[in-house]
Amino acid sequence: MATAEAAHHEEHHHPSGIMRWITTTNHKDIGTLYLSFSLMMFMVGGAMALVIRAELFQPGLQIVDPHFFNQMTTMHALVMIFGAIMPGFVGFANWMIPMMIGAPDMALPRLNNWSFWILPFAFTMLLGSLFAPGGGPASGWTLYAPLSIQGGMSVDMTILAVHMMGISSVLGAINIVVTVFNMRAPGMTLMKMPLFVWTWLITAYLLIAVMPVLAGAVTMLLTDRHFGTAFFDPAGGGDPVMFQHIFWFFGHPEVYVMILPAFGIISEIIPTFARKPLFGYASMVLAVAGIAFLSFIVWAHHMFTVGMPLIGELFFMYATMLIAVPTGVKVFNWVATMWRGSMTFETPMLFAISVVVLFTIGGLSGLMLAITPADFQYHDTYFVVAHFHYVLFSGAAMAMMGGAYYWLPKWTGHMYDEKLGKLHFWLTAIFFNITFFPQHFLGLAGMPRRIPDYALQFTEFNVMSSIGAFGLGFSQLLLVYVVVKCVRGGEKASAEVWDNPKGLEWTVPSPAPYHTFETPPQVR
Amino acid sequence: MLMSRSKLSAAIIGLAVPWLPVVPAMADYGLNLPPPVSPIGDEILSLHNLIMLICLIIFVVVFSFMFYSIYAHRKSKGHKAAQFSHSTRLEIVWSVIPFVILVGMAIPSTATLIRMEDTSQADVTVKITGYQWKWRYEYLDHGIAFNSNLSTPRDQIENRSAKGDNYLLEVDRPLVLPTDTKVRFLITANDVIHSWWVPELAVKKDGIPGFINEIWTLIKKPGIYRGQCTELCGKDHGFMPVVVDARSPEDFQAWLAANKQEAAADASAAMAEWSMDDLMAKGKEIYGACAACHGAQGEGVPNVFPPIAGSAVATGPVAQHLEVVMNGRDGTAMQAFKGQLSDTEIAAVVTYQRNSFGNSAGDAVQPADVKALR
Repeated sequence: MATAEAAHHEEHHHPSGIMRWITTTNHKDIGTLYLSFSLMMFMVGGAMALVIRAELFQPGLQIVDPHFFNQMTTMHALVMIFGAIMPGFVGFANWMIPMMIGAPDMALPRLNNWSFWILPFAFTMLLGSLFAPGGGPASGWTLYAPLSIQGGMSVDMTILAVHMMGISSVLGAINIVVTVFNMRAPGMTLMKMPLFVWTWLITAYLLIAVMPVLAGAVTMLLTDRHFGTAFFDPAGGGDPVMFQHIFWFFGHPEVYVMILPAFGIISEIIPTFARKPLFGYASMVLAVAGIAFLSFIVWAHHMFTVGMPLIGELFFMYATMLIAVPTGVKVFNWVATMWRGSMTFETPMLFAISVVVLFTIGGLSGLMLAITPADFQYHDTYFVVAHFHYVLFSGAAMAMMGGAYYWLPKWTGHMYDEKLGKLHFWLTAIFFNITFFPQHFLGLAGMPRRIPDYALQFTEFNVMSSIGAFGLGFSQLLLVYVVVKCVRGGEKASAEVWDNPKGLEWTVPSPAPYHTFETPPQVR
Repeated sequence: MLMSRSKLSAAIIGLAVPWLPVVPAMADYGLNLPPPVSPIGDEILSLHNLIMLICLIIFVVVFSFMFYSIYAHRKSKGHKAAQFSHSTRLEIVWSVIPFVILVGMAIPSTATLIRMEDTSQADVTVKITGYQWKWRYEYLDHGIAFNSNLSTPRDQIENRSAKGDNYLLEVDRPLVLPTDTKVRFLITANDVIHSWWVPELAVKKDGIPGFINEIWTLIKKPGIYRGQCTELCGKDHGFMPVVVDARSPEDFQAWLAANKQEAAADASAAMAEWSMDDLMAKGKEIYGACAACHGAQGEGVPNVFPPIAGSAVATGPVAQHLEVVMNGRDGTAMQAFKGQLSDTEIAAVVTYQRNSFGNSAGDAVQPADVKALR
C-alpha cells in the first residue's frame, strides 16, 4: 500500500519552474523560499549597514547627508528584523518541524504558502518607500511619535508594510502551533519533542500575542497622521510616551521571538557534536517558558529615561534582572552538555560554541543595562548598539548560520565545503568582534547612537568598527558561495550525515524526499 | 603600544581614503564612563564598575569550564562521551546562586535610584526645552532665557577646514550653572522627543512635548562639561550638543546680574524703530537657526523642507509670513518660533527672508509689529 501511494505521488508531480515556487504548499519548498528570502534581505540590510559604517569611518560628513543616514539606520533595522531574522527562523521551522515531529507536512499548507508570499510584497513596499518623495522613513525602526508623524509618505508605506509582515508572522505562527499540537507522530509526547520544536512553539505564542499590538500601535500612528486623532499628540490630549509603552509591549517579546529559535538550533547542534544527550532537557523547556513569560513584563526597561515614577522604574529593573536566571540556566546546561563529551568541531559546532560565548557577552551587558541608575548613562549610546548586536548578530544570525551548515546536507543531499565553512566561521567571528566590541567603549565614553557624525575622541574606535564591518559584510559573500556550491553538488551525504545524531530528521535519506513521513513513524 | 596603534590607524586612513581632504588629529579616547563631577555620578560609576566586575568574573568562571571541556573532552584526544543528562540538584544550584547575586546587585542600585529621583529642595531651577535642533534654557527664578546652538562651523563638518578640539561639542551660549548647589532641571520639548545628556553630571532625561520631567544634579567642580542629545530627533539629531559651564556660586551670581542687564537692554531695543540695514544684519545672524532645514541659501531640501527662495510665504503678505514663523505649521517640522525668539529677532529674520535669496518684498518688519501679534 505504502509503495503504491508513493508511486501515485510520483505520477502527480508538482509543477516545475517558477510555478512550482508560486503554487507550492510543500513545507520543504516553502522553507527554502523563506530561507532564500532571508539570505537576500540579510545582504540588503547588510549593504545598508555598510553605508552607515562608511559614513562613520571618519568624523565629518563624507558620503551621505544626515537625513539619508537616518533612513539607513531605520531601514537597516527593519530589513534585518522583519526581513532577515524572522523569516529565517520561519524557514527553519518549515523545513524542520514536520521532519522533527514525524509529520508529513505543516497542518495548514495553503496558509503556509500565503504567509510566505505576503512577504515579497511587503518588502517591495518597504524598500520602495526609499524612493518616495522626501525619501524613506527616518525616525528609527521604533517609529517613535511625534518624529514619525513628521515623516512623509514613506512612513505610511512602512506602516502598511508592517501590517503585511505582521499578518504573515501571525499566520505562520498559527500554522506552527496547529502543526505541533495535531501532527506529532504516535509516541512523540510534548516532552519528547526536540528542543527546537519547543522553542518555536513558545515563539509562535509570543508572535500571536504581540504582533497585533504592533499593528495597533502603527494604526494609531496612521490615524494620527491622516485622520485627525491625537493618540500621541499632547496638543490634542494625547501622550507621546504611550506610543513607546505600546511599541515596547510588542518590542520586548519580539526580542525573544528573535532569540528563542536560536536557542533551539544550538540545543540541537551541541549534543550532536558533543556526542552526548542535551543536559537538563526539562529545565531547558522550563527556562524558555520562563523567559517568554518574563518578556511580557519588562518592556519599560527600554524607556527608563522617559520619566517614569520611581516605583515603575524599580519594578521594571527587578523584573528585567530576573531574566538572567532562566538565561543563565540555558548557558549552564549547554556547558554541561559539552562537559565530558567527545567533541569534534565541524562548522556547525564552531558556530554553536561562539553563539554561547558571544550571546553571553550580550546577555551580561543586558544585565548591566537592566540596572536602572546605570542605564541612565548607557541609554541610547553605542553601548546599547553593541549589546543588541551581540544578541542579534552573534546570537540569532550566527545561530542560523550554524543551523544552515548543520542541516544543509539533509536539505541538499551534499556535504558543504568544510574548509570554506570553517573559513567563513572564523572570518565572521573575528570581524564581528572587531566591529562591535569597540562600540562598548564608544558608548561608555559618551557617543550617542543614531548620529551621522561624531566628536574627535570617538575616532579610533569608529575606524576600527568600520573596518570590521566591511570585513564582516564581505565575509558573508563566502556564505552565499558555500551554500550555492552545496546546492549544486558535492560529496554525497548519508542519511545520518553526522556521527549518530538524534532526531527523526536523520532517519530519512539525504536529500530529504519531497514527501516524508506519509506513514507516521513510531516514536518510543 | 598605544602609539603604534594610532600610527597604524592613521596609516590605514591615509591609505584607504586619500579623497578625504582632512585627516583629523587623533584625540584621546575613553574606555570607561568619564570621571563624574556629581555625587550621583560617583555612585553610578562605582555601581557600573562593580556590576561590570561581577559580570566579568561570571564570564571567566563559566567559560573556563567550557574551554577546559573543549580542550580536554575532545574526540581527537580519544575522550569517550559520558551519557549523563540531568541533575535536579545542579539545576537548583545554578538557579539559586545567580538569584542571590542579582539580589546583591539590586540593593545598591535601588538605593542610588531613590536618591536620583529626589528632586526636592533645589536652590536653582532651570527649564530646558528641546527644539529641532537646539536647546533653550530658562532660569525660572531670574527671568533669563536663551537658546543654545551648535557653533561648529559648517566648513569643519563638511571637511573644508581642520576640525577644532571640541568639534560638534561646542555651542554659542553654554548653560551656566553654579557649583556646590543643588540644581533642578525641568526638561521638556516643543516638537519631538529629545534627550538631554551630560555624561560627567550623570544626567540624562528625555524632553517630551506636553510633559515636564524633573531631574537634579550637584556639580562639585568648576569646569566645562559637554554632552549631546541622545534621542533621535530628526535630521540634525547629531548636531545639538549640550555644554554646561559650571562656575563658583559667586561667579554665577555675577553672571546672573550681567545677564539681567542685558535682558533689560534687549527689551528697550524692542521699543525702538529699526532701520532696514540693521534688521537685515541681525536677521542674517538669526537665520542660522532656519538654515538647518531651509538651507543656507534658502534652497530647502526637495520634498522634505520647502525652500524660502521664491516661496509663496516669503513673497506673499507679511501677516501670513509672520503667522507661519510665530506659530509654526502643525504636523510638519516647522515649529512655532514665538516662544524661542524675541520680537526683535522675529522681525529681523522675517525681514531678512523677505529680502534675500532673490526675494524682494521690500518691506521692513518692526519689533512692534511682532509684539502686536502675540
